[in-house]
Amino acid sequence: MIALNVNGKTHQLDVSPDMPLLWAIRDTIGLTGTKYGCGIAQCGACTVHVDGNAVRSCSMPVSAAAGKRITTIENIGDTRVGKVVQSHWERLDVVQCGYCQSGQIMSATALLAKNPQPTDADIDLVMSANVCRCATYVRIRAAIKAASKALA
Amino acid sequence: MNARHCSMRLAALVWSCACLQLPVAFAQAGDAVATEAKRRESEQLYLRMHKVLSHPRCLNCHPKSDSPRQGAFERPHVPAITRGPHGKGPAALQCSSCHQAQNNTASGVPGAPNWHLAPLSMAWEGLSPGGLCRALLDRKNNGNRNVEATVKHLTTDELVAWAWNPGADPSGKPREPVPVPREEFVKLVNAWAKLGAACPK
Repeated sequence: MIALNVNGKTHQLDVSPDMPLLWAIRDTIGLTGTKYGCGIAQCGACTVHVDGNAVRSCSMPVSAAAGKRITTIENIGDTRVGKVVQSHWERLDVVQCGYCQSGQIMSATALLAKNPQPTDADIDLVMSANVCRCATYVRIRAAIKAASKALA
Repeated sequence: MNARHCSMRLAALVWSCACLQLPVAFAQAGDAVATEAKRRESEQLYLRMHKVLSHPRCLNCHPKSDSPRQGAFERPHVPAITRGPHGKGPAALQCSSCHQAQNNTASGVPGAPNWHLAPLSMAWEGLSPGGLCRALLDRKNNGNRNVEATVKHLTTDELVAWAWNPGADPSGKPREPVPVPREEFVKLVNAWAKLGAACPK
């Protein structure tokens, strides 16, 4: 059994230690807000926070996440930064099809938590690892800048 | 004492001194030959080590720019990450966002403990065999490692050891390991250091 702390709740999971964390979150625990995109850590759709750090959950074995604090899109709004990011995402109507957006919000929140006043270059560098096929990048950057101002 | 007598005595003195010096001179020459032979042997050992050190498995994370490379063809890393303040990526997108402590079979993302870029002072990309060898030994730029510490890094570091166990790519195709078996490489490095850690010109 693997004990997994997700969004403050501990789950005892009878799964293979090398199961990707993403599968444990979605298929075993049933939190489907985190999305499967590419499965090879290239798109960022599966981003969650592990001890506050953005992690591609498709590329982390569930055993490596045991004993750590995992936060998913379902609970990121409970954090100060996550709440502000989500509100600016709504205000600027960032989302188009929405599939990548939970990963985008998780990465944006991690960025602002670590670097509250990011430059355009900082935003482009970190967020370029989250792919959006609707190309909402301009609105993503605007929402991050607005959230940064609101958090200052 | 006439001049002839004097010059004969001087010649005898020079001869006797030369005779006394000869064994020392022969010994010194012998030492020099032995030292030169050791140096050459050490250089040859390094050239065999260099096949490993100059392989993409090593060079991809010893770049001369701020970004790593990846794959057997040393293409720019995707995503276009940079080294960040400590060689582990920018704060919100660390290497460990994707690279875990071991290779990931499901995603094909390579992993090993302490995944990071070598600092710019340890850039190996584009160096000749001699240049890379000297960079390896340059304590001003190699993290102040003496030869012993350099040998330890090359032979025991877990991230270095990944080069022999690089896992498979996302398509399931095994990555090419460095070309010299690890046991042989460890012996080469130790022998190279024992013979003076010489570098080719």
